[in-house]
Amino acid sequence: MKKGNNFFIQRGYFGQYGGIFVPETLIPALKELENAFLKLSRERKFQKIFSYYLTQYVGRPTPLYFAENLSKKLGLKLYLKREDLCHTGAHKINNAIGQVLLAKRMGKKRIIAETGAGQHGVATATASALIGLKCRIYMGKEDMRRQALNVFRMELLGAEVIGVDSGSKTLKDAINEALRDWVTNVYDTHYVLGTVFGPHPYPTIVKYFVSVIGKEAIRQMKKSAGRLPDVVVACVGGGSNAMGIFFPFIEEKNVELVGVEAGGIAIEPGKHAARFAGGKVGIFQGTKSYVLQNEDGQILTTHSISAGLDYASVGPEHSYLYETGRVKYTYAFDDEALNAFYLLSKEEGIIPALESSHAIAYVIKNAGSLKNKIVLVNLSGRGDKDVMQVRDLRGKNE
Amino acid sequence: MNSIKGLFTDLKKHKSKAFIPYITAGDPDSDKTLEILDIFVENGADIIELGVPFSDPMADGPVIQSAMERALSSGTTLRKTLEIVVKFKQKHNTPIILMGYLNPFFAYGFEKFAKDAKSSGVDGVLIVDLPPEETAEYTEILKKNKLTQIFLATPTTDSKRIEIISRYASGFIYFVSVTGVTGARNALPFDTASKLEILRTHFKIPVVLGFGISGPETIEQFYNYADGFVVGSAIVKKWEIASRNPQEKQALIDFIKQLSKSCHGK
Repeated sequence: MKKGNNFFIQRGYFGQYGGIFVPETLIPALKELENAFLKLSRERKFQKIFSYYLTQYVGRPTPLYFAENLSKKLGLKLYLKREDLCHTGAHKINNAIGQVLLAKRMGKKRIIAETGAGQHGVATATASALIGLKCRIYMGKEDMRRQALNVFRMELLGAEVIGVDSGSKTLKDAINEALRDWVTNVYDTHYVLGTVFGPHPYPTIVKYFVSVIGKEAIRQMKKSAGRLPDVVVACVGGGSNAMGIFFPFIEEKNVELVGVEAGGIAIEPGKHAARFAGGKVGIFQGTKSYVLQNEDGQILTTHSISAGLDYASVGPEHSYLYETGRVKYTYAFDDEALNAFYLLSKEEGIIPALESSHAIAYVIKNAGSLKNKIVLVNLSGRGDKDVMQVRDLRGKNE
Repeated sequence: MNSIKGLFTDLKKHKSKAFIPYITAGDPDSDKTLEILDIFVENGADIIELGVPFSDPMADGPVIQSAMERALSSGTTLRKTLEIVVKFKQKHNTPIILMGYLNPFFAYGFEKFAKDAKSSGVDGVLIVDLPPEETAEYTEILKKNKLTQIFLATPTTDSKRIEIISRYASGFIYFVSVTGVTGARNALPFDTASKLEILRTHFKIPVVLGFGISGPETIEQFYNYADGFVVGSAIVKKWEIASRNPQEKQALIDFIKQLSKSCHGK
C-alpha cells in the first residue's frame, strides 16, 4: 500500500488498532466489500450518484449555525454543525446511503443492520426503501423499549425489526445477532455497519462516507468566522459522527479535537460507557480497540442515558488517536448531558439528541477554559426520539 | 502435536474416523464438566473440544450461547478451564483442543496462556475469530509452546484461501458444513460431500466435519468424505437436561455411544 493514502491502510490497521478478527466464513465477504469499495469510491459515476443523494435527498450541506444565545451565556463563540437537520434526523443517513448504494452495485439482494438508539436503523431502513432493497434491523429489546418510536418508524419504512433478547439486550447484542445473520446469509446479504467500528474495511468505509461533515465544516467556518475553530467537540459512541468531523481537521494541528464519551452514572464497571476512562485494549466484534471488559476478558455491560453511546468498545481509529494524543477523550455524566439537553432547547430552540447533548455538556462544563474561543460542536442528531424518555425521567424526578 | 497426527494415522489404518465431541468448560460447573469429559472418554472420544466461555460468542447459535452463559454464571474463567484440563489429564490422555474467542486468551496474556496451556496438558487451540490474516504472531507463540493450531474452512473457502490457511494450520482442518452459526440442523447443504472432497485433496492434514451434525445419521451420510466428526450443540442440548436430572443421564450416554459407533464404522 502506498504511504500517505489515508483511506486505505493495509489490513485496516491504525497503529496497533483495527484488523479483521472474524470467523473464516466472513473473510471472503469482507474482501469482496473491500474490493468493491476501492473500485467504486474512485469511480466518478458512483461519486456523482452519492453526492446527488446527499444534496437532493439528505439536504447537504447541513448549515453551520452560530448559537448566539448560548455563546453569550457561556462567554465563547459556539458554532453548531447541524447534522440534526439531515433527513431522518441524524448524520447516520450519510453512511447508510453510501453503503446501500455500494450493496446494490455489488448485486446484494438484502440489507441487514444493527441499531442502538434506532437512528442507524431508521437511516438504513430509509436508504433501503429509497434504493429498493429488502431490509432487516436487529435491535436489543431494552433499546426497543427506550426507543419505541424509532421501531415504529423503521416498520413504516418497510423494514423488519428483530428484537434481540440475549446478553444485555442492547447494541452489542444486536451486533452479535447481525453478525450471526451475516454469517448465515453471506452470499446475498450486505451488512450495513453503522459506525467506524468492526472488522476492516468497515472503519475505513464509514469514515469515507461521513467525512463530508468535517469537509463542509472547514469550508463553512472559514466563511462564517473567517478562520478555523479553536476546538472541535463531538460525542463518541462507536465514533462515526466524531470521525466524520475530526478526520478533515487531523492535519490542522492548531485545532484541538475533543471526543466526549458517556460517563453514565459513575466510572465504575457496568455504570458507564467511557472506554478510554475504564477500558483496556482487547479484541471485540472484529477489531482490536479499547474495550470495557473484566480481568478475564469478558465484555462488561454498559450504561448510558443515551442508547447511541451505550456500547462497550469504540472505533479502532479513535484508539489510535487517543494513543497518539491527537484527540483528547473525556466523558460527560448522564445528568450533565440531560442539563445540556434542556439548556440548548431553551436557549436556541434546538432539541438535541441525548448523544449530541454529551458534546454540549462538555462545552458547558469547560466554558471557563474555553472563554472567548471559537468552539465547533457536531450536533450529530436531533432529540425528537428522546423526548418521551426525557419526559419519563422528569416524571420520576419530580 | 504428534499425538493428534498419530491418532489420525491409526484411525486411517482401521478405516475409522475421529469422534470429536464438544462441551463448554464450566457448563454448568467444573465438576460436572469433568463428569461429561469422563463419559466422552469412556465411550470412545478420540479428541475433545473444550469450549472456553465468552460473553459474546458471535459464531455460536442459541444452544452454545446458553451453555456459555451457564458457564460464566458459575464463575468459569480461562484459568479455571485450564484447571479442568489438569484434572482431566491426571486420568486420561485423550487430546484436548480449546475452542474459543480471542479476547479471553488476549486478556490472560497470550504468551502466558500458551505456556500455562501446555503445562496443563492442552494439545491444541481453535480460536474462532482469529483468521489467517491476523494469526502470524499468535501462531508463532503457539508453535514455540508445541501447541497445535486448528483452523476453520467453510463453504466460502476457495482454493486460494486453502493455500493461505495451509500456511498456519496444523493437526487437522475443521470444515464448517454450513454458512452459519453452530447448532444442529436437519440436513446439511447438498454439496457438502463434494466440498469435503476438494478440501481433502488440497489440504495435507486431515479434514473433519462439524457444525450442524444432529446425530449418527449425519455421520453415516458423510462417513466416506471426512476424517472425523465434531458434534457440539446436539450434545450440549442433551447435557443441559442430563446435568440437572440424573435419570436423563443414560439417554445422553446412549447418544454419545451411538455417535462414537458411527464414527468408528460399527
